[in-house]
Amino acid sequence: MIVRVERKNMTSRTIAGAGRAVALIIAVGLSALSLDATRASAAEQEHPPRQSWSFSGPFGKFDPAQLQRGFKVYREVCSNCHALSMVAFRNLAEPGGLGLTEEQAKAIAGEYKIEDGPNDSGDMFERPGRLSDYFPSPFPNEQAARAANGGAHPPDMSTLAKARTYERGFPTFLFDIVTQFQEQGQDYIHALVGGYEEAPEGVKPPKNGLHYNKYFPGHWIGMAPPIQEGQVDYTDGTPATVDQYGKDVASFLTWAAEPHLVARKKTGLVVMFFLVIFAGLLYFTKKRVWAGLKEKHA
Amino acid sequence: MTATHDAQEPTRRDMLFLATGAAAAVGAGFLAWPFVAQMNPDASELALSSTELDLSQIAEGQVVTIKWRGKPVFVWNRAKDQIEKAKEVKLEELIDPLARNENLEPDAPATDANRAAKDKENWLVVVGVCTHLGCVPIANSGDFGGWLCPCHGSHYDGAGRIRRGPAPQNLDVPPYAFESDTKIKIG
Amino acid sequence: MEGHSVYQPKSGVAKWFEDRLPIVGLVHASAVAYPVPRNLNYFWTFGGILTVMLVAQILTGVVLAMHYVPDSTLAFASVEKIMRDVNYGWLLRYMHANGASMFFIAVYIHMFRGLYYGSYQAPREVLWILGVLILLLMMATAFMGYVLPWGQMSFWGATVITNLFSAFPLVGPSIVTWLWGGFSVGDPTLNRFFALHYLLPFMIAGVVGLHIWALHHVGQNNPTGVEVKDIRKDTVPFTPYATLKDSFAMVCFFIFFAWFIFYLPNFLGHADNYTEANPLVTPAHIVPEWYFLPFYAILRAVPSKLGGVLLMFGAIAVLLFLPWLDGSKVRSANYRPIYRIFFFLLVADCIYLGWIGSKPAISPYVGLSQLAAAYYFLHFLVILPIVSRLETPKPLPASIADSVLANGSGPLPGQPGLAPLVGGSTHGQV
Repeated sequence: MIVRVERKNMTSRTIAGAGRAVALIIAVGLSALSLDATRASAAEQEHPPRQSWSFSGPFGKFDPAQLQRGFKVYREVCSNCHALSMVAFRNLAEPGGLGLTEEQAKAIAGEYKIEDGPNDSGDMFERPGRLSDYFPSPFPNEQAARAANGGAHPPDMSTLAKARTYERGFPTFLFDIVTQFQEQGQDYIHALVGGYEEAPEGVKPPKNGLHYNKYFPGHWIGMAPPIQEGQVDYTDGTPATVDQYGKDVASFLTWAAEPHLVARKKTGLVVMFFLVIFAGLLYFTKKRVWAGLKEKHA
Repeated sequence: MTATHDAQEPTRRDMLFLATGAAAAVGAGFLAWPFVAQMNPDASELALSSTELDLSQIAEGQVVTIKWRGKPVFVWNRAKDQIEKAKEVKLEELIDPLARNENLEPDAPATDANRAAKDKENWLVVVGVCTHLGCVPIANSGDFGGWLCPCHGSHYDGAGRIRRGPAPQNLDVPPYAFESDTKIKIG
Repeated sequence: MEGHSVYQPKSGVAKWFEDRLPIVGLVHASAVAYPVPRNLNYFWTFGGILTVMLVAQILTGVVLAMHYVPDSTLAFASVEKIMRDVNYGWLLRYMHANGASMFFIAVYIHMFRGLYYGSYQAPREVLWILGVLILLLMMATAFMGYVLPWGQMSFWGATVITNLFSAFPLVGPSIVTWLWGGFSVGDPTLNRFFALHYLLPFMIAGVVGLHIWALHHVGQNNPTGVEVKDIRKDTVPFTPYATLKDSFAMVCFFIFFAWFIFYLPNFLGHADNYTEANPLVTPAHIVPEWYFLPFYAILRAVPSKLGGVLLMFGAIAVLLFLPWLDGSKVRSANYRPIYRIFFFLLVADCIYLGWIGSKPAISPYVGLSQLAAAYYFLHFLVILPIVSRLETPKPLPASIADSVLANGSGPLPGQPGLAPLVGGSTHGQV
C-alpha cells in the first residue's frame, strides 16, 4: 500500500486563495493612493524618455565603437570640468570595454601629464602618463571646482551612471524585476544632455548663472548646455547630434561605472543555466527518495 | 542512506543520484574559485608601474637602493677591482650555477657577464631580497665582497651570487633596460 | 543535543574518538537521525536557507574585509577598487550586498510562517524569543554594514538612525556622541561600525546555535500544529528526506538570488550610495533599505521624536510577548478561520507600511502611516488576544500521519511509514 506524502494538499490550496485575497486588498489600497503618488513624483522629477541600450538585458554587451565615441566626447568636452578619477588608462585596453589595444591605451596615457614624486630633491614633478595611472582630475579639490564653476561642483563621473536614477513607481518597479530594466541612470544622463530649454513663462532661476533643464530635479542646473551639434567630430559616420552624443557618453559612463558588466552578465548566464539544471536534478532526486519511503512499506 | 532499496530500476536511480552529487561538487568547486582568486594580486597591483632611475648621480663603488613592486632593488656601480674579483670566480665554486637573470634564458650560467648589465659590466642590478627567507642583505659586507644577509648569515659575492650560508639561490636580477646611458627602467 | 542519537561508530578509531568527543554522534543526532514531521511544506525550508545565507554572508564578508579600508577618505574608493580591480571583487560584493536583502526576504517569510502556524506557542516560546533576538542582531548588522561603503545614503542613514537615540531625555545627546565617537558621524564611527559589523554575525551564529538547540529539543512544529505522537508514523529522518527537500528549495532560492546578483545588482540598493559621502549635503530623499521600511514608517507615524523611537522599538518588542498574547489552544491558522483572516490582514498591513515607508514624509502618507502603524499594534495587542480566546477552532486531525492520509488519495498504510533505519539500529528512542 502507498502513503503519498508529497502532494498539493488542502493547506497549500487555501493559502494560495488567501494570498490572492491579500493581493487584492493591497491592490485596492494602493490604487487609492496611486494618484497622489504620481502627482508627488511628477512634481519632483520629469521622467526621462526611455532609450534602447546595447548593454541592457541578460545578453547585453557594450558596443566598443560607441564606447570609443563616448570616450571622445568625454575627453573633448566633459573632462574640462568632470573628473574620472577611478578609471585608469589600463582599463581602456581591458576586454569587454572599449576594445583598444594596449599600445593604443599607452599612447592615450602618454598624452596626459601626471604629477609624480617626490623626486630625490623632494619636489613633485610632471611626467607623461603610464597605463597604471588614473585619469587626472581637472580640479585639485572640490573647493577649486566650485570656485571655477560658479559654486557648483561638477560630480566625478566614475560612478555617475549608477548614481543617477528616477523613481519608477508602483507597480512598474515590480515589472522591472522581470524585465531586468536598470538603465534609469543612462536614460537620465542622455535626457539631461539634451534637456536644456527655455524656462516656462514667469519661472525665474533662484540665482544667477543657472540653466533650465527639463530633466534635472528642480530644473535649475549649474552646468551650461555642455555640447552643441557637431562639436565633436565622429569619424565613423555616426551623426554628430546632441542626441547621439548623449547616448554615447551615457554608454561610456556605464562602462566607467561598471567595467565588468559584460563579464557579469556572461557569468550570470552560465550560473543560471547551471542552477536550473541542478534544481531539476535535486527535484527528481528528492522525489525519488521520498517515493522510496512509500515503496519500502508498500 | 544505506537502506533505501529501489529494486525496480537501480541503474537509472543511481545515475540520477550520481548526476546530482556531481552537479553539487562541480557547483561547489566553481563557487569556491572566486573566494580563492580574490587573494591574488588585483588588477591595479599587476599594473604597478615600472621604476626609473637616473644613474648619473651614482659614484663608482656606490650601491643605490630603490623600490620596485614594493621590494628593494640594488643598483651597484661596481669598481674595476670588484668586477675583476667577480670574474675570477669559477662556476664550480658556486652554490647556485644559474644566472637567475630575468633578461636571459633560465638556464644561463652564473658568469659575471650574465649577472651584470649587458655591455655595461660595471652595473649590477639585483633584487635586494635574500633568497633564503626574504630579508634585505647589507651591501659591501660579508666575506666575498658583496652582500651579507644579517638574518641568517648568507654571503653574496660581487656579482650577487650566493657563496656561503643557507640561501639556496643567487640574488634575482629583475627585468630592466637602459633607456639611455644614464637612465635605467626596472620592470 | 538530544538523547536519541543512534550513531554507532563502525571503526575502532571512530569509536576511540567518539568516546572522547562525541561530536560525530551529535551531528548524526541533529542532522541525520533527527525526526522531522513528515507533513512539512516548503515554508519550512527557510530555516535551512537562512543558515546557508548566514554562512554565505560571513564568507563573502570576511573576503571583502580583506580589501576594504575603514577610513572615511578611503572607504568609498576601496569599495570601488573591489568592484574594479580585485579578482571577482564585483561578484563577491554583489553577493554580499544582495545577500543581505535575500537574508531579510528569507527571515520575513520564516517569521510569517511562524506567525501563521503558531510556532511560537508552548513549548516553543524560547525558540521564538531567540528568533526575535536574531532579528534584532540582523538589523543592527545590516544597518552598520550599509554604512561601510561610505556613500551618501550610508552617511545620512547613519546620521539619522544614530540620532534616534537623542530622543531619550537627559542622556540622549551624550549617548549619540558616545555612539559617534565625535560630534558627527565620522572616522571613529566608521571604524567602530566596521568592527561591530564583523563581530555581530558571529554573535548571530551563536544565537542561531541556541535557536537550533531549542528547536531540536522541543521538536518542529508542523502545518497541523499537532505534536508528534508516534515518531514512527509521524516523522521521517532528517537525512535524506529533509536534507534533499531543503537543498531543492535552497537551489530555487539561489536562482532568485542569482537573478539579482547578475542582472539587477543595484536594484535593491540606492543610486545615491554611488556618490561619496558628503557631510555638507543631504540627499533630497533619505530612505532606509527596503527591509527597514515598515519600521521606518512606524517611526515617522508619530509626531513626537521620543514617541516615534519608542513605537519603532515597540514594534519588535511586542513580538517577544506574542506567545502569551495568543491564547488559542490550537496553533495552526489552518484551523483558526477568523485568526487566519487577521493574519493575512497583518501581512497586508506590513507590506503597506513598507510602501509608505518609502514615500516622502508628506500628506497623505503621514496620515496613512499612522493608520497602518495603529493597526499593527492593534493586531498584536487587541485583536489577537481576543480572537484567540473567543474563536472556536476547527477540529484537528488526530495525528500528523492522519492528516497526511486524510488529504491524500492513497489508502492507509499497512505499516507505519517509517523511513530507512540508520546504521541498522532502532530509531526513535526519545
